[in-house]
Amino acid sequence: MLNLMINGLATGMLIFLLAAGLTLIFGLMDVLNFAHGGLFAWGAYSGVWVYGMTGSFVMAIVGALLTGIILGYVTERFIIQPVYGNHVQQILITLGLMLVLSEMLKVVFGPNQIVASPPDYLSGSWQLGDVVIIKYRAFIILIGVLVFALVHYVLKNTKIGLTVRAGVMNKEMVQALGINIKKVFMLVFMIGSAMAALGGVLLAPYSGVIYAEMGMDFAILAFIVVVIGGMGNFVGSLFAAMLIGLSGAFMTYYVPDLSLAVNMLLMAVVLVVKPQGLFGAKG
Amino acid sequence: MTTLLEVNDIQTYIGQYHILQGVSFQVKKGEVTVLLGRNGAGKTTSLRSIMGLTPITEGQIMLNGTNISKLGTYQIANKGIGFVPEDQGIFGELTVEENMKIAMQKQDEATLNRLDKMLTLFPDLKTYWKKQGGYLSGGQKQMLSIARAYLNKNELLLIDEPSKGLAPIVVEKVMESIMEMKDETTIVLVEQNFRMAMGVGDTYYIIDDGRSVETGNMQELADNEELKRKYLGIA
Ligand SMILES: Nc1ncnc2c1ncn2[C@@H]1O[C@H](COP(=O)(O)OP(=O)(O)OP(=O)(O)O)[C@@H](O)[C@H]1O
Ligand SMILES: [Mg+2]
Repeated sequence: MLNLMINGLATGMLIFLLAAGLTLIFGLMDVLNFAHGGLFAWGAYSGVWVYGMTGSFVMAIVGALLTGIILGYVTERFIIQPVYGNHVQQILITLGLMLVLSEMLKVVFGPNQIVASPPDYLSGSWQLGDVVIIKYRAFIILIGVLVFALVHYVLKNTKIGLTVRAGVMNKEMVQALGINIKKVFMLVFMIGSAMAALGGVLLAPYSGVIYAEMGMDFAILAFIVVVIGGMGNFVGSLFAAMLIGLSGAFMTYYVPDLSLAVNMLLMAVVLVVKPQGLFGAKG
Repeated sequence: MTTLLEVNDIQTYIGQYHILQGVSFQVKKGEVTVLLGRNGAGKTTSLRSIMGLTPITEGQIMLNGTNISKLGTYQIANKGIGFVPEDQGIFGELTVEENMKIAMQKQDEATLNRLDKMLTLFPDLKTYWKKQGGYLSGGQKQMLSIARAYLNKNELLLIDEPSKGLAPIVVEKVMESIMEMKDETTIVLVEQNFRMAMGVGDTYYIIDDGRSVETGNMQELADNEELKRKYLGIA
């Protein structure tokens, strides 16, 4: 039971890392970014590569973050900027980018799956009475909580955070107050991409193997989370990700065939009952 | 008196609609210039065009002799123009304090003094300092929007129908604030409430069907029954 829960929370955290960027990007910039999962995969590959080169898991995380930031910058500047305000073009171009990103992974790192494992100090588990806690899962949860707390603090307490929240509500007014919202967009995009890449590199030792299309599977879950949590709602995305992670863990255990269907069902129910998402405040 | 803002035969499209078809007016430094005209005449669009929110396709908008019509909205704001939009533009999920903080370009003494002045003028803002903007009453939102625009050292304030939907006593309050601000900044005011327009305005322009059609001294308009009937629907 408890193990299933930890499992679910850890998966939830990974989904959260992906969904948080997605929800901010959608809420603030009104951009549907289907390439977000690609950044997740790139984070995993670049992190695993750095890990192999340096033997340091910390460096692997740094490498993944850098990859996310750089790819995020390039994507925003050259792919997203030309298609602001046009959803159809956004879907087409980011889906295209998604394919390019995963093909590029195969070109650079080879077409086969790559095996990944946690560093020694995060391998194994703790035994607390009857309960076995796998260290690496606890580590993922911890990192997730830290990232959430950090981003939440920034959103709540800094001027840039205020600007992001205000931008989700009323972009015109933010600009009329003298703020260059394009710069804010760029920053949010880069941070969101870095979080996705972090999710990717954390997933690698958790699932044990990485493959070029790994982003897709998680991106679908992340989109469900964005809808359930309320588009643009950061706190909502955490709760929704936990919900999806937990329900996934329990369903896979008890009725494995239905686990994706249940997520879809959850989303459908939320859309019917509260179309703006569980935490969505704006109409 | 010198001209601060010159709007010169501007044309604005919204989507395929040709909304402004030649609006021109001049705003003298230190004055309150009032834009009048019936509903749908193009007053709001004129202000939004100055802010670059509905960019013009022809004509010029000159601030202190430089053309600002090609600039982005944030650059226009940073030239020293504060904006109080028709819908007040309050960030509903941010507190009153945060709504102010996001606008504050500097934290210098002059800014804090202006903040103080506004909180004295509108004590409600102080009372509800930590309340979310979305929960303020219509009048309080208007006060917040005005205070927020006044916070920075702006040369020009564009204020769109501040009396809309407000009780007479709150209208008085808003009028008072405009009189106070008038000492330090130039103001363009869109106003349907004729009493308020008379009370604070120096020069008027009438906009009708997307064109500026009449101008003059506010005092003269008070006696010009024909103009008032023709364009403003008041006898
Ligand atoms: N987004 C839009 N799309 C299409 N037409 C618009 C849009 N916004 C305004 N208009 C039209 O432009 C014209 C001018 O509108 P505007 O809001 O500038 O009028 P106004 O003088 O401010 O009126 P009011 O006194 O009612 O506020 C109106 O006919 C309006 O229907
Ligand atoms: Mg209007």
